[in-house]
Formats: sequence, C-alpha cells, structure tokens
Amino acid sequence: MTDSDVFVGSAARAPIRLLDESGSPVVGEQAAGFGMPSAELLLKMYRQMVLVRRFDVQVTTLTRQGRLATYAPALGQEACEIAGVEALAPQDWLFPSHRDTVAMLARGIPPQGALAFFRGEWHSDFDPKQYRVAPLTVPLATHLLHAVGLATAAKLKGDPVVSLGFLGDGATSEGDAHEAFNFATTWQSPTVFVIQNNQYAISVPLARQSHLAHFVDRAAGYGMPGYLVDGNDAAAMYAVISSAVERAREGGGPTLIEGVTYRVEAHTNSDDPTRYRTAAEVDAWRARDPLTRLERYLRAAGELDDELAERFALEAEDLAARTRELMNTEPVLDPLELFDHVYAAERPAMAEQRALLERELTDTQAGAQR
Amino acid sequence: MTLIDENPAAVASAPARTKPVTMAAALGAALRDAMAEDPDVVVFGEDIGTLGGVFRVTDGLAAQFGDGRVWDSPAAESGIVGTAIGMAEYGLRPVVEMQFDAFSYPAFQQITSHLAKMGSRTKGRMRLPVVVRIPCAGGIGGIEHHSDSSEAYWAATPGLTVVMPSNPTDAYSMLREAIACDDPVIFMEPKSRYWMSEQIDLPVHSLPMTRARVARIGTDVTLIAYGSGVKVALDAAEAAAEEELSIEVVDLRSLSPFDDETVCASVRKTGRAAVIHEAAGFGGFGAEVAARVTERAFFSLEAPILRITGFDIPFPAPKLEQYNLPNVERVLAALDTWEW
Repeated sequence: MTDSDVFVGSAARAPIRLLDESGSPVVGEQAAGFGMPSAELLLKMYRQMVLVRRFDVQVTTLTRQGRLATYAPALGQEACEIAGVEALAPQDWLFPSHRDTVAMLARGIPPQGALAFFRGEWHSDFDPKQYRVAPLTVPLATHLLHAVGLATAAKLKGDPVVSLGFLGDGATSEGDAHEAFNFATTWQSPTVFVIQNNQYAISVPLARQSHLAHFVDRAAGYGMPGYLVDGNDAAAMYAVISSAVERAREGGGPTLIEGVTYRVEAHTNSDDPTRYRTAAEVDAWRARDPLTRLERYLRAAGELDDELAERFALEAEDLAARTRELMNTEPVLDPLELFDHVYAAERPAMAEQRALLERELTDTQAGAQR
Repeated sequence: MTLIDENPAAVASAPARTKPVTMAAALGAALRDAMAEDPDVVVFGEDIGTLGGVFRVTDGLAAQFGDGRVWDSPAAESGIVGTAIGMAEYGLRPVVEMQFDAFSYPAFQQITSHLAKMGSRTKGRMRLPVVVRIPCAGGIGGIEHHSDSSEAYWAATPGLTVVMPSNPTDAYSMLREAIACDDPVIFMEPKSRYWMSEQIDLPVHSLPMTRARVARIGTDVTLIAYGSGVKVALDAAEAAAEEELSIEVVDLRSLSPFDDETVCASVRKTGRAAVIHEAAGFGGFGAEVAARVTERAFFSLEAPILRITGFDIPFPAPKLEQYNLPNVERVLAALDTWEW
C-alpha cells in the first residue's frame, strides 16, 4: 500500500477558526460567519477544560500505578470534549466514544461513575437517563446508530431532544458510521456527529484510513452540512456545534463536524507512541494547546486574571485529590450482582448459577477460616 | 394414544366464529393489536411498509398506523438494529425485521455487543425492549443466503431471549408477549410454516413464551423440536404410530431460556430422546439440548440422545435442499439405530 495523494475532490484547506494560535480573535473568511461565543460562556468552558485536563492527567498517572485497568486519555482534545458538552441542553443526549470520559465528567457524572468502566468495577455505573449520557462505547461507531435512533424516537414523540455522538478518525471507517450518517439524513434525525480527528487510530495515521484530506468531505454525500473546524479552538468548536444543535432542534436534521486536533498522550497506557510518531510532531501540537489558546484570549479580554486562574487551579487540584482518594480505595464489589441485571424477567438458570457462585464464595470463606 | 390439539386456545372458541388463520396472518395480527394497544410500539425494516413485507406479515400496518409508526428503513441491518436500540433507550418498543435469516449477520455486532448487554452493562438502568423478527430456516426453495438457521448464535449469547413458534396460535401469543417483554427478544419465524393455517379466533393466548409444550403425548420416545422441526416430529410420530411406536413430541418454543422442566419430565417418562433441527448438527442447538438432558435425566435414559439435523454443510441450493433437511424418513431411520 502507498500513502498516495488525496482525492482531488477533497483538497486540503484551513479549518474554521475564531481564535488563532496566539489567542487573538479571527475575523473574515476563516470564521465562516460564526460569531464569537460570549465571554461568560468561554470562561465557563475554560474552567471546565482546566478541571478535566487535571483529571485526565491524574487518571493517566493512576493508571500507570495500576489503579485502573486501562484509560484512554483525552489530553489535547479538551476543546472538542467541552464544546460538545456545553452545546447541549439538559434534555439532549451525549453518546461518548471510549476517549470521552472527560466529556462524561463535564456532563455531571461523578468520577466514580465515569471511571467504573476503566477501573474494571462494572462495564458502566451511572444512570444514563439521569445524565442523558449513554454508556461509553468501545466497538467503534456502533453508538452512533443508537444516537440516531434515540433522536428519531424523540422526534416521533414530538420532544425537542438532540443527540450528539463523538467519534474518532478511525471510527469513520466503520460500516456503522456510514449507516448512522445515512439513517440520520434519510430520517432527518436531530443528531450532531462530532469527529475528533486526533490524527491516529491507535498507531494508524490518516493516510492509511482514508483517501480524503478531510473526513467531513463525506457530509454532502450523505446529504448533510459538514464543517471542518480547528479542534483546538474551543470558541470555534462551540460556535459550530451549538449552531448544529439548534438547527437539529428546529427540524433541520443532522450535521457532520470534524474537529482537527491531536492526541497528545498515548492511545492507552499499553501503547508506545514512539513507534509511530516523532517527538517533534508531538511538540508542535503541544504548542497549539487548546487551554493556552483560550487562556490567552480570556486574559487579553480582561475576563481572566491570576486570581481567577489560581481559583480554577485549586478546584482542579481538589478534583484530582478526590479522584486519587477514590481510586486508591479498593471498591467493594458483590460477585453475586453478576446475575442480577442480565434479564429483567426471572430466569431459573440465573438463580441456579447465582446459588452455585454463592456456595463457592461460602466454601472459599470457610476454607480461609480453617 | 391421545393427540393433543395443536391449538388448545382454539378449543375455547365457538366453532362458528373461527376461521383459518395462517401463521403470517397471526403474526400480522399480533403486531396490529400490540400497536393499537401501545403507542410506543413502532415497526420498521426493509420492505415492511408499503409492500407489507416480503412475506406480507406486516401487510396493512403502514396504511393503518401511518409513517410515524410503521416505515421502510434503508437496507442496512446493523443500522436497523442499532437505531432500534437507540429508540428503546428513549422509551419506544421497536419491532424490527431482518427479512431473511442470513441478512441478520450485518447486525450481529449490534445484537451481541449491545442489544444483549445493555441491561447488564447499566445494572438494569437501561432495558432494551426490542423485538428482532427473523424469518428463518429453509424449505421454501430459497436461493443462497435465504434459508439459514442462525438460532444457535443467538441462543449462545447471554442477555437475549430466543423464541421460535411453530404454529399460528403460538405465533400470535408469543409475539404479543415478546413485544410486552422488557428484555430484547430474538423472534424467529420458520418461513416454511408461514402458510400453515389453523381454525382460530384471534386474539389467542397460549402458554408463556418461555415454556415448552407437549405437542403430542407418547410413551416410548421423546422427540424434541422447534420451529419447522415440530411438523417433521409430528409427522414422524404419526407414521411411527402405525408401527406401534408411541412418540411424544415436545415443541421447545423457547431456546433461551430453556424449559428443562417440561423437556426432562417427558424424557424421564419415555427414557429415550432425539432432538431435531434444520441447522447443521455440529455445534448446533441440539448439542445443548442433549447435554442438558443428559445432565439432568441420565439415569432415566435407555439409549444415547440422538441429534437429527441438517448436515454439516453450507445450506444447499434450492434443488438440493430436500437432501439436507431432516424429514420423517431420517427421523425414523435414526430411531431404528437404537437397540430396542
């Protein structure tokens, strides 16, 4: 296989931006008509980004220490994660992929619930209906169909509910992504798809994933608007996602959005990114950090000063401390619960097997006592 | 020898009011009645709207309930099941059709990784009351990919309820129950039985869908079957009766959960058992039946449990399928291999 030039119909171009890399507002063509979100909202997003960055770093450390089974860090992708969450109304639904734990946290799920999956306690441990967040999904793109189905159900019931599904660049290759895009446009489902193009599917670069310069160029093929956005520009990501959410809510159907960003950390703790990318490349992306960019804008605009920044940092430290404490305490799990939720209906085999495990547990305890 | 009525519910109905109802019509009636009763029941899939389904099971539903309740979906099975999951997450009770058994394979991941697991994954906080209707098995002269028997895949997946009616009465009653069930149900419809009719007056209620039914009482052998195999078993029992061999037929109806009680009670009585299915024998559902019965009723058995199944070959082309499908002769020949 060769990494040939991309398809001529998908020319490389600059993404939509509202803040340049130095944090200065962008005007004109590159803003594509999108207005700057309010300073209040950007400050709120900045605080969230500071909090989840610290959380993400803490969880990565705890994973290296063996406190979690594994973790997929979102470091460097906070603009996409937080913009997606902030653009949603309380009644809307978030469908996260495996790298979106911080978005789940920002949506209000406590650290224990957000991390139960990676800690290995249970495959999910929060009430999806309480937070309007689906359990995070490992099989790539499969959750996008759930997002389309849920939004379609809401539409059929006449409820103004929008669903937002996150996916990565690798997931765009899955058949379910294609089916979700096609079902969404055919049914005009109020769904927003946000591709976080972080340049690698574990180790596989974009050129091995697609013949396009930009995944979002597929949008017209499905019959929906598509927006290529600077994924490290929180202002632009928010402006584009929220306009798509409102369009969906008003009956305008789905939108495909591609945020161009970078996965600064490894895929998970078991990955070795030095095998497939250079330190220089990582450094170049670190220089485009989404938090730094927003911080510069807010400071220049007089919305953020040292005192407030310090307050956010302390809040973040507090969240990290709580997370450490939580993860350093071994969870109390009931093995017998394994049988309790498989079926809503009673099933004799579940009762028999539950009783078997109960006997095994009793025998183990008795053996330990002898 | 007593022949249990194939259709016990029909007995209660006044003869003057009964009329012949095919299994396809009974399934359609079940969908219609469920939709009329519960506005959250929606039906979608390939060709199920305007056309009424390739087997006409959904005939008339689109006209009666409109586009918001019954509609044709894009031709993509993973998309059909995946969106049904999302709808169930929001509170609807979708009933989707896979059109033909082998057409369900693109949906395998959605069914096994999500539909089956969501209830357990969320500690019961998000149940998925989805019914996946799968017209299954052969015997109708279908070209390749139109005659598979996929039941063992689904039955091997914890979290799924897998049922298969063999007659119009059960088809109606079990589909109503499947739609009302809060767990996902794989509802398998043996295509070769779609046109079988019974004199019944709908609505009918038969046994709970998770229970097996003794379809014919006998004393010497228990034939365990489901779906299209029930007809083969009953025909074999009729033929055997002429040779004074009394065969009891158990129609499993539900593959998962499995009604050990009814099956083992019959085997303990007869002392001999054989299981019939169209699917290939190797790794087929019959192996599970044989193992379960052996574990529970070994000391009542006078002979090894037999499996009378399709061969371990890909389902044949239409002109050759008759050589693969279990029939009365294969059943009787198998029973002859026992020492009596």
